[in-house]
Amino acid sequence: MSILFASFIIAVILLFTIGVYSLLMTRNLMRILISVEILTKGVTLLLIAIGYVTGRMAAAQAYVITIIVIEVVLLAIATGIILGAYRKNDTLNTGFLNNLKG
Amino acid sequence: MGSFFIIVILLLALIVSAVVCVQISVLVKAGIALAVTSAILSVIMFRLGAALAAAFELSVCAGLITVIFISAVSMTKIMSKEELAEKRRERNKRFASLPAILIVVFAAALFFFWPHIDATLPFAASAQGDTVQNILWNKRQVDLIGQAVIMLIGVYGVMVFFRESDKE
Repeated sequence: MSILFASFIIAVILLFTIGVYSLLMTRNLMRILISVEILTKGVTLLLIAIGYVTGRMAAAQAYVITIIVIEVVLLAIATGIILGAYRKNDTLNTGFLNNLKG
Repeated sequence: MGSFFIIVILLLALIVSAVVCVQISVLVKAGIALAVTSAILSVIMFRLGAALAAAFELSVCAGLITVIFISAVSMTKIMSKEELAEKRRERNKRFASLPAILIVVFAAALFFFWPHIDATLPFAASAQGDTVQNILWNKRQVDLIGQAVIMLIGVYGVMVFFRESDKE
């Protein structure tokens, strides 16, 4: 393993740690979206690093473009759902979204 | 070797901006920090030779997603200064251990990978003579169909959710 690829892998692991820690610790719906975005950044970085190391950068770019399209659609729909929840409950805190008494 | 150090500095900046993004208490600033993270990621992509993906990352993730995010935040109520200060205190307490956890994870990853790292200069493997256009249009048409379907679902979903909220 080259030292560059190891640096990328460590950066991806750190990005995943940040994203998962934030997902577990936050109660704000918009911040949950930010955490998911950071996890997606980690996946994107891993794909590009693998494409660079294996010489298949074109294939890696194709996958990254697909991921970006899915990411933006996810964010648009999730924002719509979050705004709907906010209008109904007047809060973004997941601790208070207990209409189903779960 | 200089190029390698630039990449390492960019990776460090990426991690720092991601930490700022989750730790900062004001949502709009968190959105801007997310945009900065995307911009740094696109610079890394550009340096690795993924120019098309870098352009997508910069325009969509650093641009469009930030616009959607800040528009959504602007539709919510403004907090009072006391509420904001209390939230900031609570958030700082909850995220105080994040830097320590990151240092431990970094040390563990370094310990695990150290025996497998060789000191060769990190050059890219030889490119295998394929273009992104060829892959997207000729080899992975199913991906394109999937992307089109997902975009249509996205448009439909946004229309439904925003129409419902208009009725209310």
